[in-house]
Amino acid sequence: MKRNIVEAVNDALACALESDHDVVVFGEDVGKNGGVFRATDALQDRFGADRVFDTPLAESGIAGFAVGLAAYGLKPVAEIQFGGFLYLAMNQLGAQAARLHSRSGGRLNIQMVLRAPYGGNVKSPDLHSDSFEALFSHTPGLKVVMPSTPYNAKGLLLAAIEDPDPVVFLEPLRLYRTFREEVPDGIYTVPLGEARVAREGSDVTVISYGAASPTALEAAETLGEEGVSAEVVDLQTVSPIDASTVVASVQKTGRAVVVHEAVGQLGVGAEIVALINERALFSLLAPVERVTGWNTPYPFAEVEHLFVPSKDMVVRSVRRTLQPDEV
Amino acid sequence: MVSLADHFKEAPPDVFRPVRLVEPDGSRAEGEVPTLDEAHQLFRWIVFGRVFDQRMISLQRQGRIGTIGSIRGQEASAAGIAMAMEKRDWLVASYRELLAYIVHGVPVESIVSLYRGKVPGPFPEDVRAMPIQIVIGSQMPHAAGIGFAMKYRGEDAVAVCCCGDGATSEGDFHEGLNFAGVYKAPVVFFVQNNGWAISVPRERQTKSRTIAQKAWSYGFTGVQVDGNDALAVYQVAKEALRHAREGEGPVLIEALTYRVGPHTTSDDPRRYRDEEAVKAHEGEDPILRLRLYLEKEGAYREGLQEEIEEEARERMSQAVEAVESAGAFTPEEMFDLTYARATPRVEEDRRVTLSRLSGGASS
Repeated sequence: MKRNIVEAVNDALACALESDHDVVVFGEDVGKNGGVFRATDALQDRFGADRVFDTPLAESGIAGFAVGLAAYGLKPVAEIQFGGFLYLAMNQLGAQAARLHSRSGGRLNIQMVLRAPYGGNVKSPDLHSDSFEALFSHTPGLKVVMPSTPYNAKGLLLAAIEDPDPVVFLEPLRLYRTFREEVPDGIYTVPLGEARVAREGSDVTVISYGAASPTALEAAETLGEEGVSAEVVDLQTVSPIDASTVVASVQKTGRAVVVHEAVGQLGVGAEIVALINERALFSLLAPVERVTGWNTPYPFAEVEHLFVPSKDMVVRSVRRTLQPDEV
Repeated sequence: MVSLADHFKEAPPDVFRPVRLVEPDGSRAEGEVPTLDEAHQLFRWIVFGRVFDQRMISLQRQGRIGTIGSIRGQEASAAGIAMAMEKRDWLVASYRELLAYIVHGVPVESIVSLYRGKVPGPFPEDVRAMPIQIVIGSQMPHAAGIGFAMKYRGEDAVAVCCCGDGATSEGDFHEGLNFAGVYKAPVVFFVQNNGWAISVPRERQTKSRTIAQKAWSYGFTGVQVDGNDALAVYQVAKEALRHAREGEGPVLIEALTYRVGPHTTSDDPRRYRDEEAVKAHEGEDPILRLRLYLEKEGAYREGLQEEIEEEARERMSQAVEAVESAGAFTPEEMFDLTYARATPRVEEDRRVTLSRLSGGASS
């Protein structure tokens, strides 16, 4: 069946609720309202208010409550309404969810998923557009998963729900309804920790994930018209990162451009550049480029289109890697 | 006619009066007391708690364990709540409730090992307890979740969540109690109000007249108890657990006790409090009170306390010996415990570290 990303997320939740009574789904407005983006639409009617329910308006409470459910042995899937509000849940994620497996000497698995839409270019108010994946990737014990298509959104979410570690699942808000593709019914998983080669190429590797992934693909199309063959790697999971796929691709192409919407400084792009430096430096024909958001707070709506990486920015960066002397 | 000014008046005086069953001189106050058997068991635990505390502090002074917070004077609160619990109930608590962990079935070795800076080793399978919480107040939403989960599975069990007076100022205290209230989760919140959060006295922590009254704003019951009266804590805790277990909703217990020692072995209370004020609390010692009670009831055998102390010292020595003679903590465990299955990055850290330790090429 053809589904967009938000429908794929809804379907994944339905499959998980259907197959496993330990799965519970909750968050602000997820019950009757079906979530402000309808990711949990109709789930309460179908599975009952004891399994799909509203919480008080409290992000730390939601995350901490999920930790308790997971410590007990249920499989909570909680929604944080906007990624920017994850700041309020940082202590429960970083100091609690991430650390309880080690703190308990391995006895507790905090098998929980915290879903949140992230990313901008949809003219939202403050703190509704941020990309915080680096904060969570810097926290050992957490996994950070960022789908980019309806197919991988469903498969990754089902894998995250079955993963024994706490997963922060960041969904690309502006892609929620931009396109539909074939998404199989029923349960299937896309493994965590594995990148996918979204497009094969031989001249340059464009590494991206989440909302920036379609931008990377569009850039690759344009470059193709110019006779440049760009390979596009979609990380899918940001932590743990799939170093082998990245390194193998860069060894093949000799050039790399990393694209993400989050601020550049100490971001996922910096980690990828370091990885390439450690493992593929001598394959490089040009310095690795980064196309990222500015090192500013997420900007006000009138200029946000300049903050979010565009196809043209990616194309320009790729061209620079092809002709480094002309920079 | 009611004037607007009437709406702005101070709230009426609260009705809280701490439950007390035994006076400091050992005589009985009003109310039904636990059996003498239960009183004896409580006496054993609080005497054990005192010896445990002394031994842990001396181990710290000798550099054999790290920083530790004293539980001296608070033994009745911790033992009272934990002894009222069933084996199937969850304990969700912090470092000021070490005795509660032991009463609930966590081996002393686990605690010594943790303070020695080793991977603590998991609690035994049949002990339902969250690891000792260090981040003040963070455990409150966990208890709401555990309580909810037990209700969801139709289990006849309760989550007991302990914290101190300082924790009541944390946002997670509010969020945890609020969630438990909204879901009518079987949770007993137990606040040991020992008067101090390091150097900040209780009255600078909240303008609420009592901590127990906060329960009202979450729509459930709050009770104050004399936290140095082991029998009263036990009795109140039993009733609170029954209440939560039978689906009547959460309960907040405020146990009034006093931190006679420093916050931890790293703290010097002379900087911020008058030690004369501390002396005023010495007459409230829970061990003395319970012994006087047992004597008055004709249920105290001469030398009993000394016997229990001797047994406790032996138990402590055994535990310390077991922990100190156990193999050295290896970094391997850290790599094993970060994720359920180590990620490639963690594996790489392991490889590099082990190679460095064996003087290998990557060192």
